[in-house]
Amino acid sequence: MSTAIVDKPSTLQGARLPKWAPYAIAGGSLALAIGIGLAAGLHSRVQWGLIAAILFVVGTYGIAARVEGTRQAKDRIATSLVWVSFLLAVVPLVSLVWVTVARGVKVLDVYFLTHSMGVVADTEPGGGIYAAILGSLEQVGLATLIAAPVGVLTAIYLVEYGRGNLSRAITFFVDVMTGIPSIVAGLFILSLMLMLDLEPFGFAGSLALAILMMPVVVRSTEEMLKLVPNELREASLALGVPKWRTILKVVLPTSIGGITTGIMLAIARIAGETAPVLLLVWGNPFINANPFEGAQASLPLYIYQQYANSAGSGAAYDRAWAASLTLIAFVMILNLVARGIARWKAPKTGR
Amino acid sequence: MDITTKHTEAPPPAAQAPAGTEQKRAARGATRPGDRIFLGLSRGSGIFLLVIMAAIAVFLTYRASLAISKDEANFLTAFEWNTGVIPPRFGIAVLAFGTIVSSIVAMVIAVPIAVAIALFLTHYAPRKLRGPIAYVIDLLAAVPSIVYGLWGALILVPHMDGLFGWLNDYLGWTGVFSWEGGAPRSMLTVGILLAIMILPVITNVSREVFRQAPQMIEEAALALGATRWEVIRMAVLPFGRSGVISASMLGLGRALGETMAVATVLSPTFDIQTSLLDPGGGTFAQNIASKFGEATEFGRDALIASGLVLFVITLLVNGAARAIIARRKEYSGANA
Amino acid sequence: MAKRIDVSGLTAYYGSHKAIEDISMTVEPRSVTAFIGPSGCGKSTFLRTLNRMHEVTSGGRVEGKVLLDDEDLYGHGIDPVSVRREVGMVFQRPNPFPTMSIFDNVAAGLRLNGSYKKSELSDIVEKSLKGANLWNEVKDRLNKPGSGLSGGQQQRLCIARAIAVEPNVLLMDEPCSALDPISTLAIEDLIGELKERFTIVIVTHNMQQAARVSDRTAFFNLAAVGQPGKLIEIDDTERIFSNPSVQATEDYISGRFG
Repeated sequence: MSTAIVDKPSTLQGARLPKWAPYAIAGGSLALAIGIGLAAGLHSRVQWGLIAAILFVVGTYGIAARVEGTRQAKDRIATSLVWVSFLLAVVPLVSLVWVTVARGVKVLDVYFLTHSMGVVADTEPGGGIYAAILGSLEQVGLATLIAAPVGVLTAIYLVEYGRGNLSRAITFFVDVMTGIPSIVAGLFILSLMLMLDLEPFGFAGSLALAILMMPVVVRSTEEMLKLVPNELREASLALGVPKWRTILKVVLPTSIGGITTGIMLAIARIAGETAPVLLLVWGNPFINANPFEGAQASLPLYIYQQYANSAGSGAAYDRAWAASLTLIAFVMILNLVARGIARWKAPKTGR
Repeated sequence: MDITTKHTEAPPPAAQAPAGTEQKRAARGATRPGDRIFLGLSRGSGIFLLVIMAAIAVFLTYRASLAISKDEANFLTAFEWNTGVIPPRFGIAVLAFGTIVSSIVAMVIAVPIAVAIALFLTHYAPRKLRGPIAYVIDLLAAVPSIVYGLWGALILVPHMDGLFGWLNDYLGWTGVFSWEGGAPRSMLTVGILLAIMILPVITNVSREVFRQAPQMIEEAALALGATRWEVIRMAVLPFGRSGVISASMLGLGRALGETMAVATVLSPTFDIQTSLLDPGGGTFAQNIASKFGEATEFGRDALIASGLVLFVITLLVNGAARAIIARRKEYSGANA
Repeated sequence: MAKRIDVSGLTAYYGSHKAIEDISMTVEPRSVTAFIGPSGCGKSTFLRTLNRMHEVTSGGRVEGKVLLDDEDLYGHGIDPVSVRREVGMVFQRPNPFPTMSIFDNVAAGLRLNGSYKKSELSDIVEKSLKGANLWNEVKDRLNKPGSGLSGGQQQRLCIARAIAVEPNVLLMDEPCSALDPISTLAIEDLIGELKERFTIVIVTHNMQQAARVSDRTAFFNLAAVGQPGKLIEIDDTERIFSNPSVQATEDYISGRFG
């Protein structure tokens, strides 16, 4: 019998720190950090926090290692680091949501939603985002009209027909396209416009947005089509139904919920894109309802321009926040509705 | 005793091959008009996507070549961007540096935190909270970048003074963290903001990967008397490593191409700051957005040239991420 | 090393669902006790309460006492991690750590608990692999990954891994159900040898196997689907298979249901 085994603790009663120990250590380190901070005359609360965090980690390790052993101490350190990371990440995200809502509601009212900037100077209060909302809806709508059919049909090709080199190439390039920075998509359309000598207009933005949207639609639709059980296809084909009718009447209806969800999530993604719109649509304080001619406004671009042209004016910042709140609300509603549809229309798997 | 059980293991999925050829035959045998039209439409859409990709590469390269051929400075190494003068002199050195530095800062901050949050969601959080938190993170991934940019410029920047002062006091001697007291619209702030933005992306992918770590291996570790952290080290992280790498690459791809958040936060100059804390520098995307308004047609071509470089870089990064994911699939398939 | 297990009034839940109810039994040291019964009767759940693995599953909760030589596993201040070191477990499907070599797999439990000299570690690994009747098959490839072995070898590797830390009790959850007959035979022979040193509890679906390897057999049953599983009787294996005292046991063993 090896010596190592004799060392084994004969009892199951591992010495454990009480449940309140982590809180006590946290409180202690915080108090100590404040003490050190005051004594050393450190002004930044960030410093206090850092000192407290270091004291907490060291203290936890020291105490736990003495009482429970190093293995438990390591486990406790890992646990506290994981929790700290989570809390650390929550702070900016909560701040983002909180600030957007708190500042956004200041000027967000019916007037703001139904009027445009017109001749209101960027540094003065007043004006609204009607033109921006209109422009965004048109640009995103047109982009969806292009990207959704192309994306869905491509996914159908990949799942229902494709097996050879062509489909492998498409799969690869769809992946590549997913990673295109939005500004590059904008530059591509810009290079076309330079050659055709075109001035900025809404539909140009739609084209860039469509390029960003297509791969997302392909990916999500593909996933959904793959979920349709092969038995369904075979059952239909075995009845002598031609393949294209099988796809239209059996495969697509089964997965339509998921496909819709994917498209809506893709819309939510492109609705917030600013860079290509900045290059191709320019923005416009006046209402321009024609996406095919002349510069148009757009909601994300409006936020950027209010920020960039504000010259520090509070009124412009207020408008920027209010527009941000509107944009976030739009994106979130799309997200929630999309997920709702996904849950409601989810194919019954029988599990 | 030596006769082992090789024959009991199911053969690798050879069964897929016949199914594939069958599908192909079905596609070839599409003789009905409806089938032919439908196949044509869907294949056409796929080809359309390929054409777009090719067009992006071709047009960007063409316009870029127009600009670069007239560039009097070295396009890759010059520290200036003067496109409105004759002869034009411009180069991407500053932009490449800024893009890479801000992305590295973002990755250094975001990856460990994202991995920790993913572990939090799969192994630490109370079970009832896991779903809702994951849901919130999903939603945060959907917040438009311009909103992050606005928040960064108006909220984050004013809160950076304390941290910057502290870094300057204690780490200023390194040169990397020295601060001359300018507004904290610097690469570090940009990196922190980018980190916040890519955090949900990396977290989501990592969480998926950790969740797929086989339960029975985790139980094996538990049954040996491993603590929770030891279970994670023995049975979760080894499975998740490649997944985390590819998740990070996807996040990196985002950070490299991010435009608005950088454009709102950074106060750009066309030179390289050795300190992360002093304002200045620029990134590809930010430079395009800021310079575009006043640029002449030639100036736009020059910006397109810089965009082409960004395009190539993100392609490489994303390609690497995909390759890692693909290899992981093979690996896990072989062991299934 | 072997210890006695004394269970009294044990009830286990999954969330609000009661999986097993009010089970009491004694498991003798240095013997093999087999749990048999129809699917879903809670025998695996019960097994997992014996090393506190049940609470790892979501919503898992236990009431009652499990005494390991007079020490209650569910008592105040008991560390589940130490419990699992004392009560080893072998699972239904072999689960060697796929990222570790054969050697590292066996050494995994030892390394967790502290530092060993290289030679010490090699000795224990060799002893454990010999104890699991695997040494001769793997001694030339200790540095190869454990996932390269056949299913039966992998399962014996898992047994070697479990006995390397010298537990007091070895729990086996249908250890042969994923294996072919020859590997099963090898494992059964091994169980016969291991009971000289450990207290062994084995869950099995295979009644012949229970009859072959165990000294005592416990029969579990449930009144209906959704009802909690209960211990019907526990007795010497010979008696259970020849002359059980409960009618349900006889029905099950003679194949009239289950």
